[in-house]
Amino acid sequence: MSTDGPKVLVVEDEQEIRRFLRVSLGHSGYRLVETASAKDAVLQAATQQPDLMILDLGLPDGDGLDVIREVRQWSAMPIVVLSARGQEQDKVRALDEGADDYLTKPFSVGELLARLRVALRHAAQSSDGKAAIYDVGDLRVDVASRQVHVRNKEVHLTPTEFRLLATLVKHAGKVVTHRQLLKEVWGPQSVQETQYLRVYMAALRQKIESGDSVPRYLLTEPGVGYRLYSGGAER
Amino acid sequence: MTDERPNPDELLAKVQAEESLSARGRLKIFFGMAPGVGKTYAMLEAARKTAKEGTDVVIGYVEPHARPETQALVLGLDVLPRRVVSYGGVTLEEFDLEGALARKPQILIVDELAHTNAPGSTHERRWQDVEQVLAAGIDVYTTLNVQHIESLNDVVAQITGIVVRETVSDAVFERADEIELVDISPDDLLERLREGKVYVPAQAQRAIEHFFQKGNLIALRELAMRQAAERVDAQMGEFRRIHAIDRTWPAAERLLVCVGPSPMSARLIRATRRIAAGLKAPWLAVHVESPPSAALPFADRERLAQHMRLAEQLGGETVTLAGNDVAGEVVAYAREHNVTKIIAGKPQQSRWRDLTRGSYVYELTRRCGDIDVYIISGEGETPAPKAARAQQADRDWFPFLGALGTVAVCTAIGFLMSRHFAPTNIVMVYLLGILAVSLRWGRWPSILSSVLGVAAFDFCFVPPQYTFAVADTEYLFTFAVMLFTGLVISTLTARLGFQAEAARDRERRTAALFATTRELSSLEDRRAIIEAGLRHVTDLLAADACVLTPDAAGRLTQHACGSRGYQPHERENAVARWVLEHGKPAGRGTQTLPAAESLHLPLLAASGAVGVLAVRFPADRPPPAPAQIHLLETLGGLIALSLERAALAHESEQRLIQVEAEKLRSSLLSAVSHDLRTPLAAIAGASSTLLEADRALPPEARRELTQSIVDETDRLNRLVANLLDMTRLEGGAMVVEKQWQGVEEIIGVVLSRLAARLASHRVEVKLPQHLPLVPFDDLLIQQVLVNLLENAVKYAPEDSQITISAKPEPTAVTIEVADEGPGIPAGDEERIFDKFHRGSTAKGRAGVGLGLAICRGIVNLHGGRIWAQNRPQRGAAFRFTLPIEGTPPKLDAVAAASATEQLTG
Repeated sequence: MSTDGPKVLVVEDEQEIRRFLRVSLGHSGYRLVETASAKDAVLQAATQQPDLMILDLGLPDGDGLDVIREVRQWSAMPIVVLSARGQEQDKVRALDEGADDYLTKPFSVGELLARLRVALRHAAQSSDGKAAIYDVGDLRVDVASRQVHVRNKEVHLTPTEFRLLATLVKHAGKVVTHRQLLKEVWGPQSVQETQYLRVYMAALRQKIESGDSVPRYLLTEPGVGYRLYSGGAER
Repeated sequence: MTDERPNPDELLAKVQAEESLSARGRLKIFFGMAPGVGKTYAMLEAARKTAKEGTDVVIGYVEPHARPETQALVLGLDVLPRRVVSYGGVTLEEFDLEGALARKPQILIVDELAHTNAPGSTHERRWQDVEQVLAAGIDVYTTLNVQHIESLNDVVAQITGIVVRETVSDAVFERADEIELVDISPDDLLERLREGKVYVPAQAQRAIEHFFQKGNLIALRELAMRQAAERVDAQMGEFRRIHAIDRTWPAAERLLVCVGPSPMSARLIRATRRIAAGLKAPWLAVHVESPPSAALPFADRERLAQHMRLAEQLGGETVTLAGNDVAGEVVAYAREHNVTKIIAGKPQQSRWRDLTRGSYVYELTRRCGDIDVYIISGEGETPAPKAARAQQADRDWFPFLGALGTVAVCTAIGFLMSRHFAPTNIVMVYLLGILAVSLRWGRWPSILSSVLGVAAFDFCFVPPQYTFAVADTEYLFTFAVMLFTGLVISTLTARLGFQAEAARDRERRTAALFATTRELSSLEDRRAIIEAGLRHVTDLLAADACVLTPDAAGRLTQHACGSRGYQPHERENAVARWVLEHGKPAGRGTQTLPAAESLHLPLLAASGAVGVLAVRFPADRPPPAPAQIHLLETLGGLIALSLERAALAHESEQRLIQVEAEKLRSSLLSAVSHDLRTPLAAIAGASSTLLEADRALPPEARRELTQSIVDETDRLNRLVANLLDMTRLEGGAMVVEKQWQGVEEIIGVVLSRLAARLASHRVEVKLPQHLPLVPFDDLLIQQVLVNLLENAVKYAPEDSQITISAKPEPTAVTIEVADEGPGIPAGDEERIFDKFHRGSTAKGRAGVGLGLAICRGIVNLHGGRIWAQNRPQRGAAFRFTLPIEGTPPKLDAVAAASATEQLTG
């Protein structure tokens, strides 16, 4: 209800989804701009200058990926993608094209709001240019000083492990695709070598996680990538 | 006058009886389309001409109709006085039968055969008078119009609208020895009518209006001509139906002509066609393939094929029969097909040949029964060239040398015997030798040995010895008897040998057919049937064979036999297609498309042609003989029947599957509709309550309703997801993207995803320290684990323990989900993985029965195995394997780097 809340552009062709988004997001203080078509989406993104875009990948008049590509040419605004189940490949491609996060329909409003919060926070941080410090639960990562503490005990990581963790910290709360991780940690030539990632992730988990079979911080998104837990109730 | 008038049939019978006693007079009918065409005139003209030649011609009765020209003609002839009858005050003049019989001229002229006599006459009708006159041996000239023929009565009535009452039995017309058609054009007739030449003018006008309409006349003329043509053709061919009188009403005619390779057959075929055309009857050209003709020289076979083609061109149906007994086969076939006339050629063989071999024409006439047999002479035709003999010249000379040798041996034995035996007894030795030769080498060497034997006997034993001269003329008789006996032995043994050969041949074919039948009937598979059938065809005929079957779109598929692998050329397919369409053989050796490489036979089953059997005979061999084609047809029929049987079996199986599928579909529908509706009902109920009574509800109630909506939505979502997965699995749309990864990672994902649902149970994860990387699709295996865990939660009681464990093996990793529930009912270990199999739970809320089916589908896609068993104490354990296939990624470099990092880090 506040008039200065974040402005969200909702690109979604299903009227019922737009309706519930309007109610729930409006109630949470977001201002909504809606459109049902891919063509209009780019125009709205340019003219309305929204703080964030919620984009449905299955639009009738065009490919949501094209919208991401076009918008990314001139804007860093967070884009959260909505996709149906079975569209894993589209989802990963959207993320690799520059989308910030994704939600699989059907999703709960709580989940959506958490993602939006993370996305907006990251946008703010990157514009701040502040060095990231991650401090959630028992885990504290200081990227600048390269220090990692678990339950106030310093943990020694190999350089690659640290680069991996640091990359996740940079995107804390957001999903990072295998490809993005491999590219940032091992370089562009290694984007296919997901097994590196799995081996190092396993090693990292051994050092950071409590040993429980359910990881708390380093979360796997099957078929997509990893996500560093960033607190809150979204999981 | 007479109370009892004989009925026509009785009279006819009587007349026939009389006819056999005395020579019956000849009946000539002047036949016309209508009154006024000039029949009477023509009749009188003919009578006068005959009278001029000195024949005794008397006019019994001529209807004057007051026609001057007619009467003028009558004047020159002897006229029988008319009988005057008065009836009901009217005086009528009638033909005087008694007078005519008394006068007994050679030819009697009686006009209007159809006339009805005045009441009180001897016969009711004039034609009965005429019959009596004929029976008395007097020839009769009479006139008749087409409308008076009984069988045409209806037709005429249809054409003219006038029913003619005065009719003449067809038999009378048919019995006429001569028919003369008197014909003028309808225009001329009308002209004559107008001029008053037919009726007196007052009558003429009425007649023109009613009967003599031009259209009527044209139709009547055609009718008359056709009727006459039928008769004329029959007479032209000088054939008399032998038993025509037996049938007052001839049945539909059907002709059969016997065709052979002789050039005379062409003439026969043409003659048959002429007769058939006259009778408007269908006709058949039949060739009987007997073993001698199977060995026909090439030229003869070609000529035979030409004859069959000619017959087809002339509109006949061609049939080839096989059998030794030519006449028997023809007669049997004729009977079967209601043939009324058989036409055969006069045999051109010598009388001697008739005696030794028998004459099929004689056999035919002897056995034909009520079928008429027409023998057509082959005058002026050259007999078939003796190609057969020429071919025999090519034969091996060895048998003849053998004959020579045998005679030599007999002579030697004769010398040994000559001291103790009379020379005439030595003849027996030669006869024995001849018998041996004929048994061993057949006819010609045997004949040679007969002649040589006689010569040797004469030369060596008959005094004076060592000359051909004969001292005692008695020996000439011995020679004659010896030669004759030798020749008869030769012929008889040769025939015997041939018959034995034929019998063996038949036996072989029968055995082959039996073997084929037995094998084919035991086969179910279409492909096996075709292969077995082809094997038998190639074995029996030493030819390449191939079966072509049409698919749904009508394209032909070739099924070649394995060993020889004959695949007809593309252009042969056109022949096959023709055969398929027409259901008749074609290609080499037939009359249709004979230029083709192979012989194509339709595989005819009850439902029609199911395929084509293409048989390629070696190019150096003559075209297949009809007997071979016949055998092939039989084999083809067997294959076709088996194929049809297989197709029907397949069809019924398909139908069964369809029924099963239908059952499954309906169970799916009922399950899905139930599982969809239940959550929908809950959601609709809860949400509408919230909408209606929003403020009135206490916060806890509102929360409960909302929670119910969320839960039910979740349930609905899972159901839809399962259905989608199942569809993708069954449609083959599920793509497995395997990546090398750890099992523990995916277990972690599933546990965190299901955390809320698993809260009611204790979940324990037992993983060994070092699990190898396994290639699998994480999304799909996650689904498997989710389904297994949900299953466990559903069946195991709350607070019980669910254990997830993994065990590495050399080639696979086995993952187990074990619960402490009621376990699996005995015998259901496999069935629970079936689609729509639902277990029963204590809570009574079974799922749609897809979860485990999806698990099985996914695990199978990974090349693994999933199974369930009860645990020793309680509960069920579900296990599945993920095979470690392919080369694991080389992590050495990574591990090494990691290790160095450890040291330096």
